[in-house]
Amino acid sequence: MNLKMRTLLKNNAFQAILSSLLCILGGLIIGFIVLLFINPGGAWEGITDLIKNFMNYDNSKVAIKYFGSTLVKTAPLLMCSLSILFCYKVGLFNIGAAGQYGLGAGIALYAALAWGMPWWICMILGTLAGGILGLLSGVLKAYCNVNEVISGIMLNWISLYGVNILLTGVKESTSPYTISVSGANKSAIIPTLGLDKLFNNNQYVTLAVPLAIIIAVAIWVLLEKTKLGYELKATGNNKNAAKYCGMAEKRNIILTLIIGGALAGLGAAMFYLTGYEQWNCSASSVPTMGFNGISAAFLGGLNPIGSIFSSFFIQHITMGGAYLDKTMYCAQISDLISAIIIYLCGFVLFLRYMMNIRIARKEEKEALAAKSISDDAENNKEGGEA
Amino acid sequence: MTLLIEYTLLYASVLILVALGGCFSEHSGVINLGLEGIMVIGALGGALTMSTIAQSFPGASALVIVLSVILISMLFGVVYSSLLAVACINFKGDQTIVGTAINILGTAAATVIVKAINTAANPNNVSSVVKYIQPKKAFLFHVGDFELNWFMVVTLIALAFAYITLYKTKFGLRMMACGEHPQAADSVGINVYKMRWAGVLISGALGGLGGIVYITAGVSEWKFEYGVAGFGFLALAVMIFGQWKPQRIALAALLFGLFRALSNVYTGFDFMVALNLPSGVYNMMPYIISLIVLALTSKKSRAPKAEGIPYDKGQR
Repeated sequence: MNLKMRTLLKNNAFQAILSSLLCILGGLIIGFIVLLFINPGGAWEGITDLIKNFMNYDNSKVAIKYFGSTLVKTAPLLMCSLSILFCYKVGLFNIGAAGQYGLGAGIALYAALAWGMPWWICMILGTLAGGILGLLSGVLKAYCNVNEVISGIMLNWISLYGVNILLTGVKESTSPYTISVSGANKSAIIPTLGLDKLFNNNQYVTLAVPLAIIIAVAIWVLLEKTKLGYELKATGNNKNAAKYCGMAEKRNIILTLIIGGALAGLGAAMFYLTGYEQWNCSASSVPTMGFNGISAAFLGGLNPIGSIFSSFFIQHITMGGAYLDKTMYCAQISDLISAIIIYLCGFVLFLRYMMNIRIARKEEKEALAAKSISDDAENNKEGGEA
Repeated sequence: MTLLIEYTLLYASVLILVALGGCFSEHSGVINLGLEGIMVIGALGGALTMSTIAQSFPGASALVIVLSVILISMLFGVVYSSLLAVACINFKGDQTIVGTAINILGTAAATVIVKAINTAANPNNVSSVVKYIQPKKAFLFHVGDFELNWFMVVTLIALAFAYITLYKTKFGLRMMACGEHPQAADSVGINVYKMRWAGVLISGALGGLGGIVYITAGVSEWKFEYGVAGFGFLALAVMIFGQWKPQRIALAALLFGLFRALSNVYTGFDFMVALNLPSGVYNMMPYIISLIVLALTSKKSRAPKAEGIPYDKGQR
């Protein structure tokens, strides 16, 4: 191992990217093995179809349209992963992002369909709804010592059933889905600003995509460059030390979960207000977007900029699952792969710790060797003089 | 009314089994957030056993069915929980991340496995449903008008087992020491890693068993895409409300079980039907109650002191 290689390995950012790539590789290999078990004949084709996603289309115009669709679903996923990573930096695990996302969707859609509000008001209301749910978890954590993971899960289910009841008022009479936003209230559709033209007239590519990226950068600035971000991170590292330094640790916990909730709620508004998909009022499971956000957050090395790429990747393989040969495999293979990726992320800290220890040991050895050489030289010199 | 009592006892059994699982794991020092996923995998094992018996050994006696389903569910739970144990105990992973991964992986893996089996049997069948109408009947027995379930008896045995193991045996007391102060336990020669492994594996067995009880309660087929609807987390709430003590966990589980049962049978009560509430309100109930109960009781919680902190032998 030469010196250049070693300084590279010691670099934090490089370590983070390397370990994320290893997690992806591990997830894909295990996914491939699962495909082999189910049906060895089509396994290789299956895994390549899954990785290719929109590139499965030979026609570049069609491919770019589906590339746009992947971006449309990446925006809400990015928001959910930002929600989780922001809270995680403050020592809170916001598993309630799924419920905050659900409630945000419910309120935004209700405002659009029942009240006929324009898109930006719907978006603000969705954001607020997510924030209020986060506030609830935060208050329970700060004042009642309720673990935010457990309260988050409870609120996920409460908001799922709540949203189902609420949106039943604006659903189609013949199906469990809500009426389409573009049909009922054109003003509630987020403007495209001409972005749809770039993606072969994919009308769902809207302002939401660049907005999500801007918010990711804003979260990075907030965490790394402001006093508030510093205080929040300090609270996450050691609650008691932060309190001792005069930081309002209770306020910080609540504020963090409000921001986390608002991010997830906004993500939901960004997605449902494009009209890409309607809410299923008889849904009996919490939206998976919030849970995929966990994979994206950890895969992105808990860095807002990193999670832009990891969200795209997770969404890419999730949608790639649809291209699997249905007579052999099911689309849930993608969920399986992203679950394995999160599991492997659990080992990342250990991996990086081992990497650092190996490097440190090697350096120590070399330093010792260098020292003994110079000692020997000195001894020889002394011997020569005597 | 009898229906309400039956369902309450069934759901309380699920919660008791899974909460006791959480209790063992947390007393050894590992927070097991993966119980939800462990339940799904245990349920998968039990359901596949039942459907295999129905297809290949239609003449099997009730005793054989009951024993094999229970043992295989527990085995699936144990094997699956070892994924959590490896990551959290030996590799000192973050217990929250690993637990969450175990949950998501459980539902995804179960769906993939069931769909693969269904599609292999019939290429047009792409559902994730396992049916077990006939073998399920082996679990029922009658006392007077009441229809009881062998799982309830198993739950009582598990409750007694948990109480005796935790408080009356050397093993249990040593395990609890590892959850309170692992360094002290290590200093008197207890192998902390082994004890934690034991805690997680026992929680896997109980969680897997709870999973099969849950999916057989009231229905004769299960769609594995649904997972177990947050029941693993409800069980954790029961455990916290029960202050990590088996006897109190049993009482807490009865309360939560009652509210869960209401959402199944509320149509049988005239006054509840007269209220004309959407069914979603009853579905929400157990979760709302558990939030309120947690808010009121968590302040003075007696959680094991060292839970959630990976044990590092070299740390001082």
